[in-house]
Amino acid sequence: MSKVNRATATQSLSVSFTVGLYGTAFGAASIAAGFSILQTCLLSLLTFSGASQFAIVGVMGAGGSAISGIATASLLGIRNGLYGLRMAPLLKVRGFKRVIAAQVTIDESTGVAIGQEDLGLDAMKQGFWLTGFGVYIFWNFFTLLGALGAQAMGNPSAWGLDAAVPAAFLGLVWPRLLGKFERTLAATAVLLAIILSPIISAGLPIIATALLAVVFGWKVRS
Amino acid sequence: MNALWLGVLGTSLIAFLLKYLGHSIPEKYVNNPRALRINTLIPIALLSALVGVQTITEKGKWVIDQRLAGVAVALVALSLKAPYFVVVISAAITSAVIYRI
Repeated sequence: MSKVNRATATQSLSVSFTVGLYGTAFGAASIAAGFSILQTCLLSLLTFSGASQFAIVGVMGAGGSAISGIATASLLGIRNGLYGLRMAPLLKVRGFKRVIAAQVTIDESTGVAIGQEDLGLDAMKQGFWLTGFGVYIFWNFFTLLGALGAQAMGNPSAWGLDAAVPAAFLGLVWPRLLGKFERTLAATAVLLAIILSPIISAGLPIIATALLAVVFGWKVRS
Repeated sequence: MNALWLGVLGTSLIAFLLKYLGHSIPEKYVNNPRALRINTLIPIALLSALVGVQTITEKGKWVIDQRLAGVAVALVALSLKAPYFVVVISAAITSAVIYRI
């Protein structure tokens, strides 16, 4: 690999730090949902996928079963697999290196990699690895900080954490809601999940909205 | 093994397998535009649903409380293009203030 491009390194670092900070919210949310500090840190070290992590603690914290929590988290993790499809031909790694590459294949590493396209293949690879490792380090550090803070904090509602978590999710999905089509899907998904909530067990109303994505995505749109 | 541990380890195992699978499937098998389109939409639907459920339900019941006000403020902040941390903090402050009144 050639010399690290400065613009790529700067972007990787700023994305890593910003997203890493958000680990504080996860750490606190996980503790609030009843998970231990060790379990919280293991989720960030091993699962290492923000949306899936929030889903498992969100579903189980709301009284859902482990199975419905795992199912929701796994549905949210599918897109990492699709990123892998896109990154594999670029990285061309095998064996243990492929294991590491897979673990750090997330929204941010893929996003930065694709953003370096004008700078060439080396810059794309560097962007992927720098952002992947950068987010990993900051995300895990701030998860621990959030988990420790939450235990000292007491009732999460008194600090607004009960609203900060859905707000954090909203902020995560917001950049994807640029078009009217996506906004209609999002609004329909919110309605469906809320209507189903008193009827079927926790976690399932959210999984059910994947069917909406299938319906919306089936037709070719302009 | 209790339920929380099952959740932690099960989620982690499947999360990794999904990531690894993507790196291992030959590209030629998945270049189906419909599948790609649906998979782009799935996270949008799931994350939006999660926001809704976390905002106005509690243990399978509809509950309107300080959370809705907090998330509404976050929505306003987002439409004003506020930075990410401002969105989260403004929701937290709104909700906390209403909770304590």
